[in-house]
Parts: sequence; structure tokens; C-alpha cells
Amino acid sequence: MIGIEELTKRYGEATVVDSVSLTIARNSLTVIVGSSGSGKSTLLRMLNRLVEPTRGRVLIEGRDTTREPAHLLRRRIGYVIQGHGLFPHRTVAENIATVPRLLGWDKARIGTRVRELLEVFQLEPGRFAQAFPHQLSGGQQQRVGIARALAAEPAVLLMDEPFGALDPITRAKAHEDLLDIRRRFGTTIVLVTHDMDEAFRLADRVAVMSQGRILQYDTPSALLTHPADPFVSRMTGVADRAMRLLSLTTAGEVLVPGGSQGPSVPETASLREVLSQLLWCGADSAVVLDANGKPRGHLTVAAILARGRPE
Amino acid sequence: MAMTLARGARLDRLGALLAAAGAAALVFLPFVVFKSNRIVPGDPHGLLEVLPASEALVILATLAAVALVALLVAQARVRLAAALIGLIVIALAVASAANALTPPGNRVVRVAAGTGFWVLLIVLGLMMTDAVTRLRPGPLARVLMLALLIATVGLALSHGLFDNLSIMREYAVNADRFGHEARQHVALALGSLAAAVLAGVPLGILCHRVPQLRAGILGTLNLIETVPSLALFGILMAPLGALAAAVPLAAALGIQGIGAAPAALALFLYSLLPIVANTVAGLRRVSPATVEAARGMGMTSRQILIAVELALALPVILTGIRIVLVQNIGLVTIAALIGGGGLGTFVFQGIGQTAIDLVLLGAIPIVALAFTAAVVLDALVELAERVQR
Repeated sequence: MIGIEELTKRYGEATVVDSVSLTIARNSLTVIVGSSGSGKSTLLRMLNRLVEPTRGRVLIEGRDTTREPAHLLRRRIGYVIQGHGLFPHRTVAENIATVPRLLGWDKARIGTRVRELLEVFQLEPGRFAQAFPHQLSGGQQQRVGIARALAAEPAVLLMDEPFGALDPITRAKAHEDLLDIRRRFGTTIVLVTHDMDEAFRLADRVAVMSQGRILQYDTPSALLTHPADPFVSRMTGVADRAMRLLSLTTAGEVLVPGGSQGPSVPETASLREVLSQLLWCGADSAVVLDANGKPRGHLTVAAILARGRPE
Repeated sequence: MAMTLARGARLDRLGALLAAAGAAALVFLPFVVFKSNRIVPGDPHGLLEVLPASEALVILATLAAVALVALLVAQARVRLAAALIGLIVIALAVASAANALTPPGNRVVRVAAGTGFWVLLIVLGLMMTDAVTRLRPGPLARVLMLALLIATVGLALSHGLFDNLSIMREYAVNADRFGHEARQHVALALGSLAAAVLAGVPLGILCHRVPQLRAGILGTLNLIETVPSLALFGILMAPLGALAAAVPLAAALGIQGIGAAPAALALFLYSLLPIVANTVAGLRRVSPATVEAARGMGMTSRQILIAVELALALPVILTGIRIVLVQNIGLVTIAALIGGGGLGTFVFQGIGQTAIDLVLLGAIPIVALAFTAAVVLDALVELAERVQR
């Protein structure tokens, strides 16, 4: 659990982060979203003390982060930035081993961990361990950046616009990988982005930030249905908020047993995808299949539409 | 060779130029010069006049074969081997000519290599470096080649192969001083370089960290660089002389207006600009994202400086060190004028006595030192770059 208490950062007269308090649950994925200059990066960088707060404090698992030297704190917290920041003069394996080495792990343990992470990130050790960062594609470099941040098994992972430099297809893959990582390692993730779509795709909870303050800290669907501030509505988008809401629910969650009319869709598809499919086919009902391809039930247009408005 | 001739019968342009120059040198220029003592003008002699006909013919035939290779063969290995054979042959020829012309036991007459020999040396040297360039050897291979070359020349010298040549006669007269001046030369060049690295790298880091200082420091060093070397030696004489007069300890440590102290100080000042400028340039090319990531992972400032910033700047800093070392080996020569010692002593003594052999006794080792330094440091730069690409 991360407790943020009245955290403030001033540079001279300018207040960049203004008395922010947040509680981030263990194993959750929290996205801080805001326009540029909103203070979101500064807030993130105060969590691992790359920026020292002017006022307020941060507690990780109840422990004040100022109670140990900043560099020792950072070795316990994963950190990923845009453009990966890999060491160009070190191999992929050496890059990933950075923090374990700083912590003085023995060689065998480091080697095992590096191989494990390469496999988790679908980077075949034989081919990639001894490669240099410049020999990798942008998506592979980003994966190594995340593997490096996770190397010493940190309980908390901070990510500052980690996917900003990736093309849409690579980014979608990176999103899936991140959700997978979180399931696998149970890491508490705090991610900063200006991209609302990214926030909706990844977050358990979203903190919307503007001018150094948190305007709303809530689940994605609550942001859509009960925006606390006109700025939040603008950020989430008024025109397509119904579609956004539909994209947060999967077919498996709302299906009704029975029925065999219309096109078939997987249970993991979002209602938005199912609706789009139905519009495309001109059908008013779809068959929902489970992971094995067996029909589990069906879904009507009316049932989907009922989900696209605030209750 | 017949096979290679048949395959690539096209004329090599550089080879044609070199072969023509070499042939002209053999025909029109004296291969050796005979002098009855060390300062009178000498009598020029061609190869055929000096050596027994059979020996001269073998030499000419070999050189003709080398010329054919230069003209017609494309393989770099063959060209390199031919150039080396040519170099060995003219070295043996000039040694043999000196032996033939020197009456036994006479230590007054001088036999010097003539312009013809020097032109051939340059022509074959160019053919060799061209062949090496075409082979594109790795950094370690280049250093190995250089070591073999040095070992071969050293072996020939230590066996007295060239003892009857005028340069070696000068060496025999100055043998004890030569060792001392050569060591002094290297000590001045390396010592001022080491001091410049110890002072310049931290200064470069300071310039990088505090941008307000950068313009001032680099501007001052640039200004120093524009002062002609002899003038800088002169400028330093007065303050160092005054220091020695005022502080007896300084004088006791050998700090004086003339001598090695102002020479070392001037060389140090000249060395600073390349070291500081290259350190700044090297640090600047380290991406801020890399440093930010290093900090975010919990590296300390010192770890970041050494393992990330300086490690990434190393090839550029090494390039600065290469510039300084080669530059210093040349500049130390002038230090002889203010009593700083070094191989320049022989150069200026020789000029004073119009004894060209003495000038060469200083100049040839200086060129060899600078060449060695350049090859070794180029190899180091390439190795450092290869590690990080």
C-alpha cells in the first residue's frame, strides 16, 4: 500500500503539486492522467524521491520513504521511463542485472532471474541476452526496460509515460504484457500518462490531475458516470463516453443463458466490440462463446444499450 | 603470381604512380652520399656504382618485381608482402653500400642515405600503408603489426646492421646522451599528458555540470592554444624565474625560468583544451534518459559518473588523449630551445652545426614515437567504441 499525504512541490513561486493525498491499494494498477504541466510526472517522481517534496510525506507499506537514503529506496522500487533509458554500452542481460548487482546478489541468482525475465517478456535468452540495446526494436527495448525495472522483484513499479514512443500495434501488445505482468508478479503499479484511452484500458483506478491537484480519483466507470468536475468530463470525452463505458464491461459479465441467434463473440470481448459486431452484421443478438469455443449464452442489443448509460 | 596477373591485369593507379616515382628515384637520384667528414658536402653515388654488379642486379630485379606487383596485383596481402620485401631490400642495400664505401677502421668518413633511398623508403612505405588500409585489420592486429615492425627494426639496429651509416655514427658518438634525451622526451610528453588528464577530465566534468562555467573555461583554454609554442615557453620564463628566485624550495625542486619546468608547464597548458573539450563533448552525447534511468534505479552519483557517464564518454575522451599525445611528442622538440631536453636537443644542435645526420638522429625517433602513439591510441579508441557501438 502506498499512502500519499498532503504531498506538495513548489519551485519558487510556482506550485507544481498542490497538497495531494491518495491511497493506492496493494496489487492495484493506478493511472495518473493529466495534460502536460499538470504535475503528474512530478507527483510520480516524488514517490521514489527523484524529486524531494516541499511538504507532505509518502508511506510505502506504512514506512516513511525519507527514513532511508534515497538511492537505497529507489533500489526497492521499479522505475520505467519513456524512451526506456537502457545503457547503450551494456548487453541486455547486463542491463537487466543492474539493480540486483547494486544489491549484491550472487551471480547464479542474477543469472537465473535474468533468464526468467527474458522468457516472461518473450525475449529468447539465447538470442537476446548478449545483444546490445541498439540491436533491438523499439518494442523489445521497452520490454527490456520493464524487465530491468522488475529485476529485483520490487513490490512497487512506477512508470512515467512508458509507452509514449511506441506505435499503436506495439503499444497494444505492451498493454497486454503489462496486465499479464501484474497478474503474474502481483506488483503494485503506478503509471503516468496523458492518454485517456491508455488509462481506461489499464487502470483499476484513475487519478485525474490538473494544475497540481487531483480532481477525481475513482474507477474508470465512475469517472464516466459521475464526473466530479467539468474538466474530468472533458478529459474522458463527452461525445463517446457511452462507448467508453461499454468498453469497460466484457460480454461474459452480462450474458443471459440460452439463445443461438446471430454472430458468435468470445466472452472476453468488450460490450463495445460486441455492439460494433452486431451493427456490422445487422443482427440484434449475439452468441457468447467461452474459452473453449462452446456457447455460454447470448447478448441482445437492448441489453448492451442498457449498459451504455449511467444507472 | 601468374594466376593473379591473369585474373586482374588492370593497372593499379596508385601502384603506377609509386612505381614511376621509385624508378625515377633509382635512376636519377643518388642512393648514398659519401662525405670525407661529417660536415662537408658529399659526393652522390648510385646503387650500381657502389655495390658489386651481381648484388646490385639482385636488388634491382627484386625492386622491379615489387613494382610489377604494385602495378598489377589487386590482393592486399600480396601487395603488403611485396612492400615489406622491398623495404627489407633497400635497408640491406643501404647498409651494404655503407659497408662497401667505408674503409676498414675509418671513423671519420661518413656514408649517408641519399635522396634516392629516402624517396624509395617513402614510396614503399606508402605501398605498405595502402596495403594495410585495404586489408582493414582490426585494432589488435594493427598494434601487432606495429610491434613486429618495431621488433624487426630493433633487431637490425642491435645487430649493428647500419653501424657504418652516418646516422648510426652520430648515434655511436652520442649514445649515452641519446638514451637520456629520449627518456626525457617521452617523460615530458607523457608527464604533461598525465597531468592534463588528471586536471582536464575533472575540469570537463565541471564544465558539463555547471554550464555557466563552460564558455569561460573553454574560451581561456582556446586562447592559450593560440599562443605560439615558442612564445608560450618565453612567457613562462619570467614568472617561473621569479618564483625560483623568491622561493628557494621551488628552485631546489628544479623549478626555474628555463629547463624542463617551463616546458612541462607549457605542454600541460596546451594539452588541457583537447582533454577538457573532448570530455565535455563525450559527456554531452550521453542521453539524459540514460542518466535519469540510472538515478531511478538507485545508482549513486559516483556510480552514475563512473559506470555510465564516463564509460559512455570514454571513446571521445580517448580521442582527446590521442590528439594530445601526438601533439606533445612533436611540441617537446621545441622544449630543447629553452633547455628542456628531449630529442629536439639533437635537432637544434645539428642545425647549429649544419650536421644533417645529427638532425635526423633527433627527428627520425620523434616521427617514430608520434606514429607509434597514433597507431596504439587509434586502436584503443576503436576498441572502446566497439564495446559500446
